[in-house]
Amino acid sequence: MSDSATVSVDDVRRVAELANLELTAEEETRMLRDLNAILGHVSQLNELDTSAVAPMAQVSEVIGDGPQSVLRPDQTRLSLDRSRVMSCAPETDGTFFKVPKVIER
Amino acid sequence: MTVETTETKPLSIGDIRTSIESRTRNATAIAKDCFHQIEARDAQIHAYLSTNRERALNQAARIDDLAAKGEALPILAGVPVGIKDVLTIEGLPATAGSKILQGYCAPYTGTAVKKLEEAGAIVLGKLNCDEFAMGSSNENSAYGPVHNPHALDRVPGGSSGGSAAAVAAGMAVATLGTDTGGSIRQPASFCGVVGILPTYGRVSRYGLIAFASSLDRIGPFTANVRDAATVLGVIAGHDPMDATSSPLPVPDYTADLDKGVAGLKLGVPSEYFAEGLDPEVRAAIGNSIEKLRAAGATIKPISLPHTRYAIPTYYIIATAEASANLARFDGVRYGYRAKDSDTLSAMYRRSRDGGFGAEVKRRIMLGTYALSAGYYDAYYKKAQQVRRLLTEDFLKAFTEVDAILTPTAPTAAFKLGEKVDDPVSMYLADIYTVTASLAGICGLSVPSGKSQEGLPIGLQILGKHFDEAMILRVAQTVEALQS
Repeated sequence: MSDSATVSVDDVRRVAELANLELTAEEETRMLRDLNAILGHVSQLNELDTSAVAPMAQVSEVIGDGPQSVLRPDQTRLSLDRSRVMSCAPETDGTFFKVPKVIER
Repeated sequence: MTVETTETKPLSIGDIRTSIESRTRNATAIAKDCFHQIEARDAQIHAYLSTNRERALNQAARIDDLAAKGEALPILAGVPVGIKDVLTIEGLPATAGSKILQGYCAPYTGTAVKKLEEAGAIVLGKLNCDEFAMGSSNENSAYGPVHNPHALDRVPGGSSGGSAAAVAAGMAVATLGTDTGGSIRQPASFCGVVGILPTYGRVSRYGLIAFASSLDRIGPFTANVRDAATVLGVIAGHDPMDATSSPLPVPDYTADLDKGVAGLKLGVPSEYFAEGLDPEVRAAIGNSIEKLRAAGATIKPISLPHTRYAIPTYYIIATAEASANLARFDGVRYGYRAKDSDTLSAMYRRSRDGGFGAEVKRRIMLGTYALSAGYYDAYYKKAQQVRRLLTEDFLKAFTEVDAILTPTAPTAAFKLGEKVDDPVSMYLADIYTVTASLAGICGLSVPSGKSQEGLPIGLQILGKHFDEAMILRVAQTVEALQS
């Protein structure tokens, strides 16, 4: 970010691949423009020296009298009924989800 | 502005209880009235994505049976409610405003909705919203935008636009929405209703289709403060199905409502009244602040110095978490699958590309970029560090004041189409709301006057973690002083 990173078309393609998105040429152009605009705005964060600041991942870290431990006993419990879950899926054999061929050659 | 129908005073939860108990009007008739109102107005407003009349009338009949037998009625008996379409109800659609979940029916009911139904509420249907709750205007819904009931050419706010509009138009007495960066408070402000962002952990998220898990919260919309306090009391509390829900006891949020503000210290942060604030909003908020001072509160100028960094911090953290949460939509277990893909990876890509809308893709891309090798420290870690600074601003302020007063949004409702092509300008609509989201504190928006055009303006009241009773008490005073 310190080099006020500009995103290139190659970056857009690489990130789309990581995100499992297939963008059209038109979408790539828009994404390039929008990501650069947003990251330009984000670069303001560089004004702050945060070298001595610990990252905050969760709100519970800063609540003094908040929940201290969320551990529970590791016990088996009933889960949702299989047929109800399978009925939401695009393609199943009733027991497993069916997908196109996994190994490409 | 144009008010589309004659305004009648909306039914309150108390009115409904009185009419059912006194047998002047039963739950079935009240539910049918709401469906009439939906038929009359929703073709123009488009707040509902689906309704479930038969199921609702069965629920109402059960309440009427209880009343006929003279049995004790649960706290929300016969109260017609609508639910944002990111929350699941067994057997009903849950689209999250996205094409990728078109036709999906949920296999279980989320905790907040379950608690409403156990308390006797009647679920009328599922409410329109920005796709996966990503947006500030409801224009990102794959099923078309919601129109503001106060002026149909204006947005209702977002992402819970349908939830706010339904209450504003009398198409529900209470609704549930969700707020990740302002998605309850900003539409409440635009539609002239009350909307609460409860403290992070106060309400279980089990059954919420996740957007950004360290930020997402569920909260109520109602026409008045007392009803909001009542609904919050029903949905709050610990849930074994959500490990982030807090075990702290749930107080009676209506108990202190009428205590007034005499002796309270209310902070007004200068950063929320800087450049970019519409003059009419500034005047309306200033007016409410003066009324609170006259009612005995001490108004104290404060500073929240990192405020200007909140939007960039929010958009990195929220999109990073969204890119992970939305990985589950891949055409395998639920929702849309692109046809005729030869391989699994092609099926993933084509299903996601066909199923997600432009803003969702933009956020997945931004979040994936921010988390990718070489950029993680510069973006995600940096944003988490600034998140701590923003939170410490609030913790410090709350050692000096009981609650904080700000505008909910920099403007009243803007026009449909006005900001759709400029993501940064759209993101700035959340400038006063994202801070509380990042800090995990509670907040609400309460109506605070109208613009010259008759558009509602909202006052945002922010409180300490788990101090909802305090902000509700201040809001009740604001509401009483408005009339």
